[in-house]
Amino acid sequence: MKKTYKIEVDCANCANLMEETTRKTAGVADATVNFMTQKMIVEFEEGKEPKEVMKAVFKACRKVEPDCEIEF
Amino acid sequence: MNKKQKKMLIRIIIAFAMTIALQFISVTGGLQLILYLTVYLIIGYDILKKAGIGILNRRVFDENFLMTIATVGAFALAIYSKSGDYNEAIAVMLFYQIGEFFQSYAVRKSRKNISELMDIRPDYANIERDGKLEKVDPDEVSVDSVIVVQPGEKVPIDGVVLDGTSTLNTSALTGESLPRDVNQGDEIISGCINMTGVLKIRTTKEFGESTVSKILELVENSSSRKARTENFISKFARVYTPAVCYGALALAILPPLAQFIFLEQTAQWSVWIYRALTFLVISCPCALVISIPLSFFAGIGGASKEGVLIKGSNYMEALSQAKYVVFDKTGTLTQGVFEVTAIHHNEMEDTELLEYAALAECFSSHPISKSLQNAYGKELDISRVTNIQEVSGQGMIARVDGKEVAAGNSKLMKELNVTYQDCHKVGTIIHVAIDRKYEGHIVISDIVKPHSKEVISELKKIGIKKSVILTGDSRCVADQVAKTLGIDEVYSELLPADKVLKVEELLSKKSEREKLVFVGDGINDAPVLTRADIGIAMGAMGADAAIEAADVVLMDDDPLKISKAIKISRKCLGIVYQNIVFALVIKFACLVLGAVGIANMWAAIFADVGVMVLAILNAMRALRVHSL
Repeated sequence: MKKTYKIEVDCANCANLMEETTRKTAGVADATVNFMTQKMIVEFEEGKEPKEVMKAVFKACRKVEPDCEIEF
Repeated sequence: MNKKQKKMLIRIIIAFAMTIALQFISVTGGLQLILYLTVYLIIGYDILKKAGIGILNRRVFDENFLMTIATVGAFALAIYSKSGDYNEAIAVMLFYQIGEFFQSYAVRKSRKNISELMDIRPDYANIERDGKLEKVDPDEVSVDSVIVVQPGEKVPIDGVVLDGTSTLNTSALTGESLPRDVNQGDEIISGCINMTGVLKIRTTKEFGESTVSKILELVENSSSRKARTENFISKFARVYTPAVCYGALALAILPPLAQFIFLEQTAQWSVWIYRALTFLVISCPCALVISIPLSFFAGIGGASKEGVLIKGSNYMEALSQAKYVVFDKTGTLTQGVFEVTAIHHNEMEDTELLEYAALAECFSSHPISKSLQNAYGKELDISRVTNIQEVSGQGMIARVDGKEVAAGNSKLMKELNVTYQDCHKVGTIIHVAIDRKYEGHIVISDIVKPHSKEVISELKKIGIKKSVILTGDSRCVADQVAKTLGIDEVYSELLPADKVLKVEELLSKKSEREKLVFVGDGINDAPVLTRADIGIAMGAMGADAAIEAADVVLMDDDPLKISKAIKISRKCLGIVYQNIVFALVIKFACLVLGAVGIANMWAAIFADVGVMVLAILNAMRALRVHSL
């Protein structure tokens, strides 16, 4: 399952770090962060609850970029 | 400017004013340090905080950490050497913040610019309820509802005109401000602007499936497909920062130790630590990381304004390396509509001959009958026609005003024992005989689009190695089109599957770096469009299949857009490479100069912030592609 989330991040390098972090989060099959359109496209692994996974993603992203926001 | 940015701007102004004021106040010692520290904290407290969080989360080597180390280090050096020169530390932080501020401002601004360019999203749809118009969210309108579009409004959903006539402005979709007339019964595409009359439209699709939604989705997702250059840069950034940090550490420790041990001099710790701090300032990869996606995004935005939708940065990159262009013929280089192109050997007036032929064929459903009627241009009086007789595979024989009119191919003429003239022109020939007397023939052919010839020479000019036509059409027609247009190779009488094989053959002959473009009109070309390095679909207004299958979509069917698309991609990639080279050269130059002590922290901050600002400004050039 693929879902798109609105994000808020100010620096391009941070967006790259968020992408990297999200990809490593458990339950995420693949992720792309689009800095220009401020969007995050997350592909979830089969049978995972997106809401739960996104909680972990948000927590992990906050660690690499304390200023970021993800709407989920 | 949002709240965050305003706050930042105020902090920058206060810190800047205070720094200047401090130059004129002569205080020394502890008070001076306190004053400078205050300024430092005003401008840099958030950086210090983020650096602290970073360390707690075991994430060193991010830019906040580096800035903190560099500025705190500069402070410490100034205290240690008792120089009282705290300006440098403050300047580094100040310029870094100015840079960050500018970056977020520029990015936000360009994001807004680009989304305004693509401002085709309709906000509402008008639905008639109890004689009154009501504005509703287009998402809520179901298929087969009736919506009303008033002059000046955008058509929100694809549909068919039930009532009313008007002129549509399609420039938001095609980049071409050529007005289009619509009447009752015509299909209408969302995203156009209704200019003159009120239209009642029966919707044929849901909003999410309408042209306008498809296009918006496509453009918004386009920068998520990252180009090789982009991936290279993000990989590079991951290595670059740690490498420079270790470099700085080595620079701070090794030379003074070497001085001390091997040369038996006193170690100049402060000199080398200063140089190491300079290193740290340069270590942020921001200029690279921000300007590359921004260039691509601006390029895609600029292209879409011109009616060229590029589905991703990767396709933008591939398109710029295009060396072979393969065309489908019908509908791409030619109109795909059959028109009367010549009338020969006639003694009577052209229009008269056309009239007879059109009348004879008026009950035929063959496309030729349509083109004859179109060429005649006036209403046909069908009551003049009697005794219609269709000779299968040959033509029609009918009585018009009591005369026997035969219109058809050479077989029909032979059948009727009429001597006819062959034609030197390529196309479908319709011979006309009236009362068994040869009256001349009409040539009907698919005509070449007005810009087709121009685009081939334009492509040659910009360095395309070979242009090829693949067509299912007969050999003589294909050869003739290729000759008039100046195409290098022609493969005719191909079935759709043969086209794929031919494209594969061409693909295998070229090198990896030279890309092959296939241009088709999107109808039954889907397999070839996907197989080629880059598939370009033309005239996508309303053709969903084409939007799906192609990598680049041209909103109208003007072939000149093909060369334009390639030029846009080259300009965009040019800017990308300029930015990469520019940023790397300046950064490495400053690193080297910093290591030997020529470049100080001021130069370093230019290498960081200045380069980023210039790279962003350069990236914005990718938006301006109209005159290409």
